[in-house]
Amino acid sequence: MPTDFTLNGKPASFDGDPETPLLWVLRDHLGLTGTKYGCGIAQCGACTVHLEGKNRRSCVTPVGMVAGKKVTTIEGVEGAEAKAVQKAWVAIDVPQCGFCQSGQVMSAIGLLKAKKKPSDTDIDNAMAGNLCRCATYVRIRQAIHDAAAMVEG
Amino acid sequence: MNAITPTRRGLLKSTGLVLGVALPAAGRAARALPDAPFAPNAFVRVSPDNLVTIIIKHVEMGQGPATGLATIVADEMDADWSQVRVEFSPANDALYKNLYFGTMGTGGSSAIANSWEQMRGAGASARAMLAEAGAKRWGVAVGEVKVARGVVSHGDNKASFGELAGEAALLKPPEKPVLKTPDQFTLIGRDTPKIDSVAKSTGAAQFTMDVRRPGMVYSAILHPPLFGGKVGKVDVSAAMAVNGVLGVKPIPQGVAVYARDTWAAMQGRAALRVEWDLSKAEKRSTEELYAQFAEKTEEPGVQVEASGDAKAAFKGAAGKLEAVYCFPYLAHAPMETLDAVIEMQGDEVHVWMGSQFQVGEMGAIAAVLGVKPDKVVLHEQYAGGSFGRRVSPGMEFGVEAASVFKAWGGKVPVKHVWTRENDLMGGFYRPLVVHTVRGGLDGNGEIISWDHVVAAQSAFKGTPMEFMGIQKGIDGSITEGAAESSYRFPNHYVGQHIMEGGVPTLWWRSVGNTHTAYAMETFLDQMLERGKKDPVEGRLALMHDERMKAVLRKAAEIAKWGSKPPEGRARGVAAHFSFGTYVAQVAEVSKGPDGLPKVHKIWCAVDCGVAVNPNIIRAQMEGGIGYGLGHALYGEIVLGEGGIVQQSNFDTYRSLRIGEMPEVEVAIIESGAHPRGVGEPGLPPVAPAVANAWRNLTGKVVRRLPFSVGGRV
Amino acid sequence: MKAGLIALGGAALALAITASAQQEAGLRPVSAFASIADKDARSVALFEEMGKVLQHPRCLNCHPRTDRPNQGEAMTPHDPPVTRGPDGHGAPGLECAACHGPRNVAFAGGKSSMPGHPDWHLAPASMAWEGKSLAEICEQLKDPKRNGGRTLAQLTEHNAKDRLISWGWDPGAGRAPAPGSQAQFGELSRAWVASGAKCPAAK
Repeated sequence: MPTDFTLNGKPASFDGDPETPLLWVLRDHLGLTGTKYGCGIAQCGACTVHLEGKNRRSCVTPVGMVAGKKVTTIEGVEGAEAKAVQKAWVAIDVPQCGFCQSGQVMSAIGLLKAKKKPSDTDIDNAMAGNLCRCATYVRIRQAIHDAAAMVEG
Repeated sequence: MNAITPTRRGLLKSTGLVLGVALPAAGRAARALPDAPFAPNAFVRVSPDNLVTIIIKHVEMGQGPATGLATIVADEMDADWSQVRVEFSPANDALYKNLYFGTMGTGGSSAIANSWEQMRGAGASARAMLAEAGAKRWGVAVGEVKVARGVVSHGDNKASFGELAGEAALLKPPEKPVLKTPDQFTLIGRDTPKIDSVAKSTGAAQFTMDVRRPGMVYSAILHPPLFGGKVGKVDVSAAMAVNGVLGVKPIPQGVAVYARDTWAAMQGRAALRVEWDLSKAEKRSTEELYAQFAEKTEEPGVQVEASGDAKAAFKGAAGKLEAVYCFPYLAHAPMETLDAVIEMQGDEVHVWMGSQFQVGEMGAIAAVLGVKPDKVVLHEQYAGGSFGRRVSPGMEFGVEAASVFKAWGGKVPVKHVWTRENDLMGGFYRPLVVHTVRGGLDGNGEIISWDHVVAAQSAFKGTPMEFMGIQKGIDGSITEGAAESSYRFPNHYVGQHIMEGGVPTLWWRSVGNTHTAYAMETFLDQMLERGKKDPVEGRLALMHDERMKAVLRKAAEIAKWGSKPPEGRARGVAAHFSFGTYVAQVAEVSKGPDGLPKVHKIWCAVDCGVAVNPNIIRAQMEGGIGYGLGHALYGEIVLGEGGIVQQSNFDTYRSLRIGEMPEVEVAIIESGAHPRGVGEPGLPPVAPAVANAWRNLTGKVVRRLPFSVGGRV
Repeated sequence: MKAGLIALGGAALALAITASAQQEAGLRPVSAFASIADKDARSVALFEEMGKVLQHPRCLNCHPRTDRPNQGEAMTPHDPPVTRGPDGHGAPGLECAACHGPRNVAFAGGKSSMPGHPDWHLAPASMAWEGKSLAEICEQLKDPKRNGGRTLAQLTEHNAKDRLISWGWDPGAGRAPAPGSQAQFGELSRAWVASGAKCPAAK
């Protein structure tokens, strides 16, 4: 039986093993490659998507687990927080190699949705699961503060 | 890759206003595209829709060459930054070789350094032709025509680059295009926005792993559990039973699993049952290797550098210090694991990858597939990090990907992706290294002897690059930074031993400097303390290069060296020259809850010559610091009993996380010197600066890395 | 040549260590304590048997003394360095549920897994057991201020039936389960309470 869910606001379906991680359904079957593979064991956060609006590692999410639920990826993320985070990211040139950044951006948006004005500690706590081997962390922190200020207006 | 970059003494000299290097004409990339009426050389294309496309000959793996090279061209061309696009070049040495290497390649922090004049010439040449086209159109002297922000003008006459493209295309490129003087730069020296930030912040940037081809199958590979192991009998039954697995093929590198998606390939890989032939495999553990290497460093080895008589001076010294340093194997672990997509199109092999040595790697792929090198077409992709990992002298990954493709018949497109486990357990590590250093002081606390022996495997030994990397028995990358160091000692010896080992090793961000800077700067710090000298003043007195002294002074100045650090914190300093760039750093640390240094701030001064893009230079200092710090604190690949790698994923190969990233303040020394690299030089000073601060705080001397093993208090 | 041939499966290498951790003995049944004549001594002995569960990594890892849980058989700090957040379900932006789903999820190859439960969360700070002696944990368990406001009867019910506690015996691939079964643990709890809920002497 196919797994049906809502992907970036539109109906989506996967007709295969419901144990397949959402990550690979998105990337290999639905053609949304913005969500990245980095470790497969929820250590790096490169595969972060929003499940019902909250940060979730798609590499440890069997697609069967999202049946009937709302999944948002970097390709479909919207709203004031998303706009602000991406604007802030570009404004101070956060990315280096860029491979982890979809996950960083998604985590940052998830944080701002949950906490309007995060402190440095809030940022450390929320972003602790997103590795960046290029170590763009100084800028990630700054961009989140900048984005929070933008959302506040 | 210091071995293939020019030495400090052989640095290219800027030739002033006239272009010193020949510009290749537009190649296939430019000509093959439908809308390319003006392609004055291999690096620039102006289309009628007024876009300026700059062809990038280096792989973009995060260090910013796509932006930097485009900036140089666009500045000389007087293009408007908003009209600039970039495109990665095809694999073609005639057009796109690294001028330092003689072949296409990105490494040794050389992307901007080797291209500086070439890119300036490419831009200046295009500008001259566009100006000439404008002058002809309006019937005026070319000297009266102005070019600014993508517009050519004369009085009320104005035309965009795009409007003039067709006319410019009919002109002959100037033989010696006139370059700008630095005061005329409009983009160089400014924080020009990075060309790839939008794509990389929205998920739109395409990496190799994102490439999809019609009918493509996905492959995963299982490598032998020990280095030097070979495939024996393969039981494919469990792997074939995995839903979505299409087949299994043993190849020389291991066992490949082909599937309908990546997940099935990974599941099939895990289900393989293989009897490996490990009779010739490396079975020594890290502990055994350390012991054997350390013993070897008691012998002088091959002399790399010597002055005076270090041994005699040490014997008679009033004060002595001896130390053995152990540095573990380190994995590069770029966020995007190694990957490639290969497809046959007619008689051409098309390859999608973020290749770091484009021509060499495509040649290796051609050899595996039995086609002529010019039948391999590279579609260069953004690379999700490398740190040195995306090329090895034997082009082993390209060879493996081609073998996987070939074993599946060579007709169906194959995407070959490594798992993180493949990556961390797959070798090509920063070599395991042991240093033995002996230093002597006279009665006044002056250093009179420095005797330094390094034992390590060579990344070049037994590879096609051995002739470049090892000369007269010396692999310069083993002792770089200890030899030709920033200091002068009256009696000085540097020797090296190239050790035999079955673990493949490789250059790793800043190569030999990863360990030489640590040994030099921590040992020196202790020697200066024994000689009752200030760490900054003491270093300055021993330095022989004014630029090195200036960065050290600058770092000390911005860190307010000499002022009292906040309660519970201490500072340490280190300075190091690598890849033509001078860097000094001051670290401020306290004791973290886990007994390891909590690094609060790094002050960093850098002199890399002309600062093409200060924002990228700061970013590379931050990145080098973070990468260096993470590995200094936690990084090690350990060979356990019997030679089995103990780390397999990021749960066991700890990486720096955001809460551990210090604040970084960067000061860039203003310079008119030829620009040099920034991708690597930010890394070497950070670990010794932290170690020196840690010793000042706790008394703990750390000589075995990482700190989690040798530095906990 | 023969000696050089060894059979090894996919990702099995690094995981061999965790697999060997499944050495825990079971729990002794309540009947095994009937021979202890002294009621208080019997009560203490029953609690000490319960202690095999209470101090097992599956239980102790999420009753940390700090805001960061531990993980694994060696009970090392949880990596990534997560924190409890306002209600024990993690920090805003990195809740436990970012990784821990409603059930255990095997990684590729199935030799290890991401543990999961619908209500995966940390025990409140008041219920921290890490680093405490069994005597201290015992006193803590009896104190409603430090046991989630439970009476002893409720505590027994909790030990016997709570679904998150059940996870300890079904922890997913690559993790040793708590000793015995939850039913046995519940019976031991009931017998301990019935015998007066005595605690081991503080050392």
